Amino acid sequence: MSRKKSKHEFRANTLPAMLTVGPVTLIMILLIAVPLLYVAVMSVCSLDEYYNVTFKFTLSNYTRLLNADYIKIYIQSIVIALVTTVLCILIGYPFAYFIARTKSKKKKILYMLVIIPFWTNSLIRIYGWRSFLGTSGWINSILQGLHIVNEPVDLLYKQGTTILGMVYCLIPFMILPLYTAIEKLDTSLLEASSDLGARPSSTFFEVILPLTSSGIFSGSLMVFIPCLGYFFVSDILGGGNSDVIGNLIERQFQSGNNWPLGAALSIILIIVTLILVKIYQKLGGDMDSLGV
Amino acid sequence: MGKIVEIEGVNKLYGSNHVVKNLNLSIEEGEFLTLLGSSGCGKTTTLRMIAGFEEPSTGSIKVEGESIEEKEPFERNVNTVFQTYALFPHKTIFDNIAYGLKMKKVPKKEIKERVLAMMDMVQLNGFEKRYPSQLSGGQKQRVAIARALINRPRVLLLDEPLGALDLKLRKQMQLELKRLQKKLNITFIYVTHDQEEALTMSDRIAVMNSGVIEQLATPSEIYEKPKTRFVATFIGETNIYDGCITNITDGIATMTLENGAVKVACPEDFSLLEYATISVRPEKMKFETKPVDGFELVAQVKDYVYVGSVLKCIVSLPNGNELKIERLAGQELPPIGSRCYPYWNPEDAVLIHNESHYIFEQLNSIKLA
Repeated sequence: MSRKKSKHEFRANTLPAMLTVGPVTLIMILLIAVPLLYVAVMSVCSLDEYYNVTFKFTLSNYTRLLNADYIKIYIQSIVIALVTTVLCILIGYPFAYFIARTKSKKKKILYMLVIIPFWTNSLIRIYGWRSFLGTSGWINSILQGLHIVNEPVDLLYKQGTTILGMVYCLIPFMILPLYTAIEKLDTSLLEASSDLGARPSSTFFEVILPLTSSGIFSGSLMVFIPCLGYFFVSDILGGGNSDVIGNLIERQFQSGNNWPLGAALSIILIIVTLILVKIYQKLGGDMDSLGV
Repeated sequence: MGKIVEIEGVNKLYGSNHVVKNLNLSIEEGEFLTLLGSSGCGKTTTLRMIAGFEEPSTGSIKVEGESIEEKEPFERNVNTVFQTYALFPHKTIFDNIAYGLKMKKVPKKEIKERVLAMMDMVQLNGFEKRYPSQLSGGQKQRVAIARALINRPRVLLLDEPLGALDLKLRKQMQLELKRLQKKLNITFIYVTHDQEEALTMSDRIAVMNSGVIEQLATPSEIYEKPKTRFVATFIGETNIYDGCITNITDGIATMTLENGAVKVACPEDFSLLEYATISVRPEKMKFETKPVDGFELVAQVKDYVYVGSVLKCIVSLPNGNELKIERLAGQELPPIGSRCYPYWNPEDAVLIHNESHYIFEQLNSIKLA
C-alpha cells in the first residue's frame, strides 16, 4: 500500500519536478556552483617553487591581501566605484524621470536607446571610446583642425577616463531600476502634494525622492559592485593608472600566474558583494528590482 | 452670502474629444454642490479644472472673484480629496495631515496643535504614528479629508471620495461629511455618480451628461421636477411615456400615446400638438381592475416583487413596455396574468419637453419657407 502510494507520488510530484526544474538545476550546479567551489578551494592552496598549484592548505593567500600596496588599490577601486555611482545617479535620475513621465511617443525610442547598447559587447564599445579620445582620435582631430590646440591633448590613461568609461558602461543599470521606480509613482500623489501647497522643488524632496529611493538603492548596487570588477575598462582607458580590484584578480590569473592569490581576491570580492546585497535587503530593498 | 466659484463659458477639449461643453456654473459660499453624472460626463474634469490640474481650453474660472487660470495648483486656496485618497505612503498619519501646514511654514508648535485638533474632529486620535498602509479604507478616507481641511480652504473639492467604501460605511461617512461641512461652513464641490448620495448630501445638484449640465436644482426639485428625459431616468426609477399633446383643458393636458390617451398636469410652456415625454415615479403610479376615467392604458400583470416596505408590481403594455408600480405591502392584488388599468393623478406626473419635438418643428419651418 505504502509502496504503491509512493510510486504514485513520484509520478505526480517528483517526476514532473525533475523534468522541469532538473535540467536548470543541473546547469546551475555545473556552471556556477562547481566553479565557485573550485575557486574557494583554490584560494586556500599553495604554490610550489615552480609556480604549480599544490593542494596544501594555507591561509597565506588571504594574509597577503593585507599588503599596503593592495590596500591602496582597494581604496582607489572603492573611490572610483563611489564616484561612478554618484555620477550615474546624477545623470541617470533626470533621464529616467523624463522617460518615465513623458507622454510623448519618444518614450519608447528613449527607452530603446538605453537598452540597445546591451546588444553590443562592452569591450568593443570601450575600444570605441579609446579611438574617440586617443591622440589621433576624433576629439583631437577636431580640436587641431580648428586650431584650438597645436599639440594633441592627452585624454586617455587618467583616472577620469576610467570613470567616464565606467559611467558609460554601467549607467543603464542605474537608469532601468530608476525608471521602474519612477514609473510606479502614483501621479495623484504629486497632484496631492501640489494641491496642499507644495512648490515643485518641495514635491521633489518630500514625495518623489523618498518614494523612488528604492530605485536609487538598487541602481547604486547594480553600478557599485560591477565597478569594482570591470578591469577591462581601467585596462583600456586607464592604462594602469587607475586599477580596480578586478585588475588585481585578472593579473594574478594571467601575468602573475598566481591562481591561489587571484582566487582569494575573488572570494573576498564575492563576500563584499554578498554583504552589500544583505545590507540592501535589510534596508528593505526589493530583490526583484535587482534582476534587470 | 456671495458667489465663491464662478465658471463662465468653460470648454475642455482633449484633441477632438469635447469633454466639457460651454459650462456655466456659479457656486454660493458655504454651499454643498454636487456634480452628478455617469463616468465620462465631464464632472471630474470640471473639478480638476477648479483644482488647477487641468486647464480649460476656453472660458474662465473665478474663485472669490479672482481669476485663477494663471495660478498653479499650489497657489490656489482650494484643496482636493482624491478618489484614491493619494495619501503619502512613506509618511505617518500625523505627517500626512501636517503636510499642507509644513509647506506654509507654520510654526511646529502650532502644526502640532492643529493636527491633533483635526485628528480629534475626524475621530482618528491615537493614529499619529501609523502609516497609511496600516489603516482601513474608512480611516484612510478620514485622513484624506483631514489633510485637506486642515488648510482651511475656502472651497473643498471631493472627487468620489466614498467610492471605494462599502455601503454601510458609505452611508455613515455621508452623514459625517455633511455634518463637517455645516460645522466648518466650507463650500463643498462634490463629484459622484451615485444619485442617492447626491440626493442625501447636497444643497444643489448639477446633473451632467456628455459635458453639459442638464439641470441645476435642489435635490427635491431634481427628483420631482426633472427638466430633461436624462435627468428623469438617471435619478431614481421612473416610467417614461412618449406621446403628443392632443388637448389642453384647465391646465390638464391629454396626451395620446402609442397605447392610448392619458392625462397630465400641463405647465404653460407646453403647447397643443407638441411631442413630449411624461415621467411618472413608481410610487406615484396606481392601477385598478376597472377602467379609470381619462386613462386608456390597458396592461397585464406580469410579476410582483416584494422589497420590504413596498411591493413592486411589474405590468406590461400591449407594445411590450414594462411599467413599474409600487404599492404598499398587504393590499389585495389581482392575480398574475390578469388585466389591469394603470393610471396616476395628473399632478403627480411630470411633463418634459422632447428634444425630437424641436427637430420636428424646425423641419416644418424649413418646409414652410
